[in-house]
This record gives sequence, C-alpha cells and structure tokens, in this order.
Amino acid sequence: MVDLIMKDILGTPAILVGLFALIGLLVQRKNSGDVVSGTLKTVMGFVILNAGASVLVQSLGQFSSMFDEAFAVDGVIPNNEAIVALAQESFGTETAMIMLFGMIVNILLARFSPFKYIFLTGHHTMFMACLIAVILTTGGFSGASIIILGSIILGALMVLSPALLQPFTRKVTGSDDFAVGHFGSIGYFVSACVGKSVGKGSKSTEEIKVPKSLGFLRDTSVSVSLTMVILFFVVAGFAGPSFVETELSGGQNFLVFAFMQGLTFAAGVYIILAGVRMLLGEIVPAFKGIADKVVPNAKPALDAPAIFPFAGNAVIIGFLCSFVAGLVSMFFLPLLGLSVIVPGLVPHFFTGAAAGVFGNATGGRRGAVFGSMANGVMISFLPALLLPVLGSLGFQGTTFGDADFGVVGIVLGNLIRLIGSNTIVGIAILGLLALLFLLGWKTKANENKNDVDAA
Amino acid sequence: MKKVLVVCGNGLGSSMIVEMNVKAALKDMGKDAEVSHTDLTTAKTEQADLFLGSEDIVESLEDGNKNVVKLKNLMDKNELREALENNL
Repeated sequence: MVDLIMKDILGTPAILVGLFALIGLLVQRKNSGDVVSGTLKTVMGFVILNAGASVLVQSLGQFSSMFDEAFAVDGVIPNNEAIVALAQESFGTETAMIMLFGMIVNILLARFSPFKYIFLTGHHTMFMACLIAVILTTGGFSGASIIILGSIILGALMVLSPALLQPFTRKVTGSDDFAVGHFGSIGYFVSACVGKSVGKGSKSTEEIKVPKSLGFLRDTSVSVSLTMVILFFVVAGFAGPSFVETELSGGQNFLVFAFMQGLTFAAGVYIILAGVRMLLGEIVPAFKGIADKVVPNAKPALDAPAIFPFAGNAVIIGFLCSFVAGLVSMFFLPLLGLSVIVPGLVPHFFTGAAAGVFGNATGGRRGAVFGSMANGVMISFLPALLLPVLGSLGFQGTTFGDADFGVVGIVLGNLIRLIGSNTIVGIAILGLLALLFLLGWKTKANENKNDVDAA
Repeated sequence: MKKVLVVCGNGLGSSMIVEMNVKAALKDMGKDAEVSHTDLTTAKTEQADLFLGSEDIVESLEDGNKNVVKLKNLMDKNELREALENNL
C-alpha cells in the first residue's frame, strides 16, 4: 500500500502534477465539474507532452546523424521544450516537486522580502525546475534534500530575476504595474547595460519605419518549421544524398526526407507546447489566486512578450541582430573546443526581441543593435558551456536555450563539481542566494533614497 | 454562452495572463463567458465570438468574418474592459 502511494502514484509525474491541480482547484472552492475537468486536463497535458517528446526525438536523431556525417562534430539545437520533455522520463517527479514547492517559496519570499514579485510565466518555472532537478541529481543529491534545496533555489530565482530587471522594466513601460518574469533576464540585463554604455544620444528605434512583413515569425509553429526545414536542407546537402538515402531515408529523395524531418521536429514542438498549455491551464491561475490572497500589493512578473508592444521596431531589430550574432558565434564555438550551437529562430526571436526592447530603452537604436547582439552571443556560448554539467542528458542533441538557464546551470553544476560534500554545497548555494538578496536590497534602498532626494 | 479566445505567439505566457484579466473583468461586469487562450496557428482554426491579442499578432487572424480586437497594450486593464464591453 505504501509502495503503491509512494512509488506508483507520487512517482508518476503526470499524476503528481494532476494532484497539485486538484488541490489548487479545491482550495479555490471551484464547482465539481471544474475540479474534474481541470484535474483530468492537467494529467492529459503531461501525457501529451511526453507524446510530443517521442515525435521530436526521432527527428532530432536524424539531424544528429546527418550533422555528424557532414561536419564530424556534434551540432546541438537549443530548445527548452525539447530538453524538458526529454528530461521528464528520468527527472519528472523531482521536477514536479521542485516546481510546486518553488512556487510556495516564491509566495513566501514575496510576502516577507521587499521583492513583491509573483512569477507567472509557468512554463519557465517548469523549465527551471527541470534544470535544477537535472543538475542536482547529476551532482549526487536525492530524496528530500534535492526538493528542499531545489525549491529554495527556484523560489529565490523567481523573485531575483524580475527584481534585477525592474529598474529597466520601469524605463520600458513607464510604470511600475508589472515586472518581467522570464528566464532570459540576464541576457536582457546585459543588453540594457550595453545600451547604456554605447547609446549616448542615439534616437529611439520607434522613429524608424519598419516593414511589418516579419511579423509572421511571432507565430512559434511557423518559425520553428521554417528554421528546422532550412537547417535540415543545409545539413542534408552537406551530408550528401548518397549517405542520407542509403543510411537514413530508406531510398527516399534526400531533400524530401529533409523537408519532412524538419516539419516532424516542428510538429513535435507544437505537440509539446499544446501539452504544456494544458498542464499549466489550472496551476498558474491557482498560484496567482493564492498569491493574491497572501501577498498584499504583489506585482505580477509576466512573460517577455508583455513588453513587446512598448517598442515594436526594437522587437524586429533585436531579433535580427541577435540571430546574426548567433550565426557568427556558431563558427567560433568549435575553435574554442565547445559544441556547435545551431542558432534557433525561437530563442533568438523571443530573447533577442526582449533584449532589443531593453537596449532601446537605455540606448536607443545603437543600444538595441549592440544589446541584442550581446544577447545573441550569450545564448550561443552559455548553452555550449552548460552541456557538460547536464550529465547523460547532455548527449541528446538539444539543450536549454535562454541565458538564465545557462548561468544558473553552470554556476550550480561547477559548485557541485568543485566542492566534494553535498552539505557544504547546500550551504554555499544558500549563502550565495542570501548575498544576492542583500545586494538587491541595498540597490533598492539606494533607489528609494534617490527618489526621496529627487522629490 | 459567448466564447472569448485570447491569442499570443506561443499560446503560453502572455495570453494566459490576459485570459485571467478577462475573467476578472467579466466577473466585475457581471457577465458570463467561456474564456480560453491559445497560439496563433491554432486560433486560425478555432471558433469564437471574440478574438483578443496584441496588434501585431492578431492582425493575421482577420479574415472578414472573425470578430478580432487588437489590443495596443496587452496589460492595460482599462483597454481590455472597453473591448469586452463593446463586443459582448
């Protein structure tokens, strides 16, 4: 009986996440119909996520074979959805637990610290929970210690990341209504700082007339399809028709095969996204509902696109510059003995665009260009440096895309590697987080003082 | 029962937040509607009485028979409320 509860029920991530949703729905006193449908949909979302992962893995495997044949190095496509879906098989329970308790830590920190942010970008919460689960497990943590330490790290990041950006976010939005809750924030922070240093007297991007023809790329499934088909064409061309047709496609023309594999990858991502959407449909509103009750004057930290409307042109410029920087970085990576990170349109679009908006806010056109380029370089090098600490998960041909995942993973992974004892690692991590809080506190106090002085 | 669909590029982050805002606004107005969120690709094949999203995204949904409202600032609750009052 104990075994049934502990291993079969709580050890099945889909059911575990379903239970969270069920609790959330009951706490909100929803009617019975909503409770049943919400719980079932959450569990189904998890099943869909896994189904998408298996579609995607097939196509990723073909890509790796071709890339290896063509260039004799490993090519890695950073894609959060893909790596998280793949990780659910081995790390699903830890991910779900860290995610739930991380949210609780977020609410507590918002309640008792000066950082009143409630991190509402649910899929990023899940991805970060997954990254932390993978790194801590690879580092030898297990059981209760992984969940306690992991959720403290996650909850702290959920308030620190919006807090880091908030001075710049205020500049972008002209208000203090909401914060940005997105784990690409370190890239945006760097972009804003670059903008500050290069953008003296540069005009805003919003005074330029930009054609609207690039807007279609904001549709994720279109941009993933397009990137993957182009990538598969290029790689299939370099691998050569004879290799593709004899080894992989069973005689099907190599270009047709490449086209279909590219779209298979995109279909996998689409399915995973649909699963994630269903999975979070109940959990995020419940989290927000509870947070609103517990934390007076909480500020929502929202997904990066929330700031796009404030600078439409910077979005396009940021994406293009970030992508160019990613392409250039691709050629430098192998020279430094790192894996080749193939730039994806999706990470470059979303994070490049946000970096462009922040760069523009601090340094006009020049800020938008150079800031988003800095972001593009970061999301090429960080994923490459992250691969070694992901353990066995690092050999799947994909990795986490955004800047914060890279920074957090590299710092955590190397801390664990350098320090032998897990207890000391735990203390070191907690100390590091406390230091970050104090720094943020001080900066905030200074800001408030300046505001008072200015008034 | 009227149906409102909130759309964003990924169908994950911002559309979900706006969905929560729509629900809160409707409750305020004492109206009832079915509200959900999705990505642009899926939205093209969905039926709803009102499609909401930021300007640059939902532009491509307009096909002459869909009721699409383009929001200038996704996070502006007043603009959202106005859109709901005029369309439901």
